Amino acid sequence: MQTGSAALQLLVAGIGTGSIYALIALGFNVVFKSTGAMNFAQGEWVVMGGMISALLFASFSNIGIACVAAVLIVMMVGILSERLVIWPLRRPNTLLITLVSIGLAIFTRSLVMMILGKKPVGYPAFSQTATLTVGGITIQTQTLWIIGLTLAFLVIMHFFFERSIIGKALRAAAADRDAAAIVGVKVETTVMLSFAIAAFAGALAGAIITPLTLSSYDQGAMFGFKGFSAAMLGGVGSLPGAVIGGLALGLLEAFGSFYISSDFKDAIAFAVLLLILFVRPSGFLGRADVVKV
Amino acid sequence: MSVMPLKTTSPALRSPAAAAPAQRLSDHARLLIVWLVLLAVPFVSPNSYVVSLANLMLINVILIASLNLLMGYGGQISLGHAAFYGLGAYVSGVLGVKLGWSPWIGLPVAALVTGLSALIIGIPALRLRGLYLSMATLGWNAILVVMFNRLIDLTGGPNGLLGVKPFAFGTFALDTDARQFPLVWLVSLLVMVAILHLLRSRIGRALRAVATNELGADAVGINSFRTKLLFFVLTAGMAGIAGSLYVHINQYASPETFSVSSSILLVVMVALGGSGTYWGPIVGALIYTAVPQLLLDYEDAELMLFGLGMLLVLILSPSGLTGVPGALIKRFSGRAS
Amino acid sequence: MSGKLLRVEALNCYFFGLRAVADLSFEVKTGEIKAVIGPNGAGKSTLFNMIAGVTRPTSGTIWLDDERIDGMPTHQRAERGIARTFQNLQIFREMTVLENVMVGRHLRGKAGVLSALLHGPTLRADERALADAAMAQLERFDLAGKAHMLAGSLSFGQMKVLELARALAGEPRLLLLDEPAAGLPQAEAEHVGEIISSLNRDGMTVLLVEHNMRMVMSLSHDILVLNNGMRIAEGTADEVRRHPDVLSAYLGESEDA
Repeated sequence: MQTGSAALQLLVAGIGTGSIYALIALGFNVVFKSTGAMNFAQGEWVVMGGMISALLFASFSNIGIACVAAVLIVMMVGILSERLVIWPLRRPNTLLITLVSIGLAIFTRSLVMMILGKKPVGYPAFSQTATLTVGGITIQTQTLWIIGLTLAFLVIMHFFFERSIIGKALRAAAADRDAAAIVGVKVETTVMLSFAIAAFAGALAGAIITPLTLSSYDQGAMFGFKGFSAAMLGGVGSLPGAVIGGLALGLLEAFGSFYISSDFKDAIAFAVLLLILFVRPSGFLGRADVVKV
Repeated sequence: MSVMPLKTTSPALRSPAAAAPAQRLSDHARLLIVWLVLLAVPFVSPNSYVVSLANLMLINVILIASLNLLMGYGGQISLGHAAFYGLGAYVSGVLGVKLGWSPWIGLPVAALVTGLSALIIGIPALRLRGLYLSMATLGWNAILVVMFNRLIDLTGGPNGLLGVKPFAFGTFALDTDARQFPLVWLVSLLVMVAILHLLRSRIGRALRAVATNELGADAVGINSFRTKLLFFVLTAGMAGIAGSLYVHINQYASPETFSVSSSILLVVMVALGGSGTYWGPIVGALIYTAVPQLLLDYEDAELMLFGLGMLLVLILSPSGLTGVPGALIKRFSGRAS
Repeated sequence: MSGKLLRVEALNCYFFGLRAVADLSFEVKTGEIKAVIGPNGAGKSTLFNMIAGVTRPTSGTIWLDDERIDGMPTHQRAERGIARTFQNLQIFREMTVLENVMVGRHLRGKAGVLSALLHGPTLRADERALADAAMAQLERFDLAGKAHMLAGSLSFGQMKVLELARALAGEPRLLLLDEPAAGLPQAEAEHVGEIISSLNRDGMTVLLVEHNMRMVMSLSHDILVLNNGMRIAEGTADEVRRHPDVLSAYLGESEDA
């Protein structure tokens, strides 16, 4: 019973962390689909989401307003970033966009550090009650918020891509640029939109994880790598893949650090990740041709 | 009757084989001139600190030029070049500290071990295109950093590997910056020559062909996978050599030098110098050596300026800083005509 | 002259259950120009890609001389003497014209890593031989004057010729041409046609997929007509032209395609 409840607790924690990774992976995937590039700035938007939420909370002392406003602000930052550094590229290619995103990440990180400070910041959990005890296990209510909000966001994204005209246009452009251009979808616009969605997803992740982990300017790279790994694990470019990959990575870390060694937590996660990718290169849900492009 | 054009070439272009070696000689000559100029550094340096920076810069040349060969010419983005650098450093360093092996043996062993590890990663990772190699190398780097930190008995952990012996000829130890300089100078020159030779050969052309157009390369009979793997292994081996030099010259190594962030910065340096240009890595190495010295004390604004500068270079001159003069000339001559 | 260089037997190819090529068998004889024609979607490109090694057949076999090649990756087929061009051009744009053709001769070079690193007399001789042969190829196609230009700076027509030169540089036994005249104005298309027939006079075996009927009819010794992935006719230009199925399936609808 003891080990059973420990496992259950790890399961919930793993799903919580996994949700965060899934959001970041989703942002990563959306930009990958529209540009073919790795977006290194993705993790910085997570940090920005958390830190701006903290700043706004300090001013308005309303977590809901602070987080919603922060996420919207970061989304604007995403759009602005695309307009300022991706759009001016005369002959964009995958490698160049990837490199530019590294520059963007460095610039964003130092900007965050200078404006929002170097100290880790945080704010209370969304609910008054911090923990719940259900069936012998203790769960942080914030973890439930994380899981719930992630789920809600994913449902919205699903309908956005499947039903809305803009979502369909994005998918069309990702599937076949030339064909999309012929039917009037502007590729530049879809790139901007993908940055907006990616920044939104990243900022949301940052806003909801901060009560648990605090937020500081130097966490961006770590978030970015985890999101990238989750995306690869699930299958680059796939929306359900981001979810599966994120959850798998979250659970892998939770159980790996508890049962094997927390010292080697990252090494274990990456080693398993590489093994999975060597066996199933396209990720859990990716189609082989997505990877082979 | 056939209307096929018959030999109507201008005399100047009739003998490509004669034209090509002329070009080859000139690059060799230029390389030699640059390195001869560098040879003056220990003599004109005001203090040994400048010489130590020159040593580090030449090691960085090996590191960035080898990554440029893989990335700039081969189109393969490795996010783990610092891992191979670190593996070379720790293999050579640990062999010396724990088993008392001479650095002269440690260096080739480091190159072999890093090359071998690249082979093991490359075989599964290079079978597929896209971000696959980037992911595998990123993971490999993350794993190695954990190992450097946690295998404390072997590596000294976060405190670093201490007690590494310098290179030595008998009792004459290369333990001062000025004594180390000729060795680093020579090895970096050899690596630059090796890269030039590889590029000016059939397999170098095959690598560029694969990077430019893999379908076309397959069609003419190039085995793209083996070509990429060969260069992945070769460039990892070069990083291993750089690592061995680094550890025996500093007589110390610590994990953070070889982090994933370092790998990404190396990619940045390749791009800033000029991805896929022969001389770009020297510019990249200069920046890579100078920037941390500048940023050490004033981290705040400089880091932002660095990011901004990087963005400007990439947006205005995607071929890097070495492409700037060309771009300017083009702009001005365009205006003149 | 009458040996069978390429043999295709009972070839099938399905995509997601849709039939692209069905139960197709034919031969290409040594020294002939064989053309594959058919309306859009007839399976020409799929067939071409299966022979070149880009697409795997669902079933059936492909033989070059007496060696089965259908399971081989593209580069191994190239080693066995199959060279190809691409409908939508796959040249190395960021390399020079000369380098493109030298890469085309990759398999005829011998120098490996060690001799490349040492850059000794062996490598230099190897390089010189590659460059000379490539230059001769360029002179033949009137591109020698552009040898040191970037391939990407050539005109579309010149790129098509360059790709042909690259394919020939490896001295193949079988030349696969994927719509060599596509996108070219009539005069340049005729020029390419003349190059092909002159190559053939020198003994080159050619398998050609082409939409330009004038070119196909005037060049080919033998024509295979596909529709819906199946053979509907095979024979000389005159035979094919008179075939009732061809008239109804093909010539009526796609002279403009």
